[in-house]
Amino acid sequence: MNRKEMELNSVEVWDGNTCNAQAFRQASVDVVAAYPITPSTNTVENYATFHANGYVDGEFIMVESEHAAMSACVGAAAAGGRVATATSSQGCALMVEVLYQCAGMRLPAVLCLVNRALAAPLNVNGDHSDMYLTRDAGWIQLDSFNAQEAYDLTLMSFKIGEHKDVRLPVISNQDGFLTSHTAQTVRPLPDKVAYDFIGDYVQVNAMLDFSKPVTHGVQTEHDWHFEHKAKQHAALQGALPIVEEIFKEFKKLTGREYNLVETHKMDDAEVAIVCLGTTYETATIAADELREQGIKAGVIAPRLFRPFPLVQLAQKLQNVKALACMDRSAPGGTVGALYNEVAGALFNTPARPVLRNLIYGLGGRDITVNELKEIFTDLQNDAKNGKLTGKIQRLHGVRGPELSFYEL
Amino acid sequence: MSKSIKEMGWDELVPGAALFSFNANVDYLMAETQPEDRIYAETNSKNAYVGDWRVFKPVWNSELCIDCQNCWLFCPDTAIISRNKEMVGVDYDHCKGCGICVEVCPTNPKSLLMFNEIEKNEDALTKWPEKKKKGEEE
Ligand code: SF4
Ligand code: SF4
Repeated sequence: MNRKEMELNSVEVWDGNTCNAQAFRQASVDVVAAYPITPSTNTVENYATFHANGYVDGEFIMVESEHAAMSACVGAAAAGGRVATATSSQGCALMVEVLYQCAGMRLPAVLCLVNRALAAPLNVNGDHSDMYLTRDAGWIQLDSFNAQEAYDLTLMSFKIGEHKDVRLPVISNQDGFLTSHTAQTVRPLPDKVAYDFIGDYVQVNAMLDFSKPVTHGVQTEHDWHFEHKAKQHAALQGALPIVEEIFKEFKKLTGREYNLVETHKMDDAEVAIVCLGTTYETATIAADELREQGIKAGVIAPRLFRPFPLVQLAQKLQNVKALACMDRSAPGGTVGALYNEVAGALFNTPARPVLRNLIYGLGGRDITVNELKEIFTDLQNDAKNGKLTGKIQRLHGVRGPELSFYEL
Repeated sequence: MSKSIKEMGWDELVPGAALFSFNANVDYLMAETQPEDRIYAETNSKNAYVGDWRVFKPVWNSELCIDCQNCWLFCPDTAIISRNKEMVGVDYDHCKGCGICVEVCPTNPKSLLMFNEIEKNEDALTKWPEKKKKGEEE
């Protein structure tokens, strides 16, 4: 490595974007191609500063759009390098075409997606629309609930994606502004420890290997397109135990524990909230306060949005009587995606809780502890009655008359 | 690859939509080896016949050709065969019949002309036009 070491304190005050940039630096990424977009701009801006100051020995490519950024990453990854970039919202939408290419070509790139709403109307604040947009692109998707987790998961993204049995790109999600712009205490690893944890990049079928030339991203039509997609699906599904293994390895190194499904007081929970992102932490506070009143409340969140840990999630919900699935993305004419996933996970299991779908927090609207306590109270009614006491879906916190198109 | 790719199951494919051009590692200098001497893999496009599109084909008249290499340079399908800077002929397995080679041929009359696909090349060669005088319409 031909770069300056960075002295880090055992505890740093970093926001989520700094966490991403530091993880890129420590992973010794060969190529970062980036186009800035709020709220992920600071990820690549910080990285560019590290580069300018000699703390990075890779290439930093300034491109003319997010489509070009991901294309450059795909090119560099196909050529045989470790690559990473960051984006949000509209930029992510512009990248989508190339996201599918990257996953189909089985290139283990890392994308830090700082979640933000999609226009119109234009809005730079956080929700999960861009995460949902990339749902079927074939990328592994990890979700962090705070800055420390953003750092840890971005580091682990490299190790997960590059694992020889995975070879898939990874998105490391975090909530726009709530995580990306809020400075929190973060415990980083020393550079060498972080790099050794990830390991050297081992390239497979590199385009620039002249002794074994390879064409990437070929046309296959019906001849074997289906088989390729099957292989991709198998690799995604097969990634779950590998992710678990890497989580365990990380715990051994740092003491910090990650699970395929994160739970808070779920062992005996009768009512529960399932959510993604920072809402998890807010919901744990609401659950704790309700526990003091004797209400058996719990919170549960998949750590991965893709591959979705269906079995692991269903197992943890067999004793729950009523469950609220919280979707932070405009539902677009149906129930929220998370609700769909959870319902899909539960439908063929013996015990199924009553399910509600709450669409909330779009475009950065806050969700407070008190609101979450109210949601728990609704769930208690459902649990007591053994059936839904309201509508299946509700747009929580929208101004005007209550809105739901879906009730039985 | 022992099995034909069309018989392979999803679990036997190489991960990623990647194709290998050559069967084994290449231990010769690619640039100095003629295409016919390279060891292609089944998946190499060299082995695929893609001439079905053609309605008109280019026919080459060696008597008139000055080996300028224009046709070789401009053919979008690398379907002009040239060796040591000498025009050899047309690779009809890969030529799509676009006519660009004819368009760029500088001789008078042209050394490449488009004929109906069903026309025999030896018949086509008997129908070659005369040299055009200055100012005459093409
Ligand atoms: S007709 Fe087109 S494809 Fe065929 S040899 Fe000429 S330039 Fe190439
Ligand atoms: S362009 Fe015409 S003259 Fe030139 S090499 Fe081709 S056929 Fe011959």
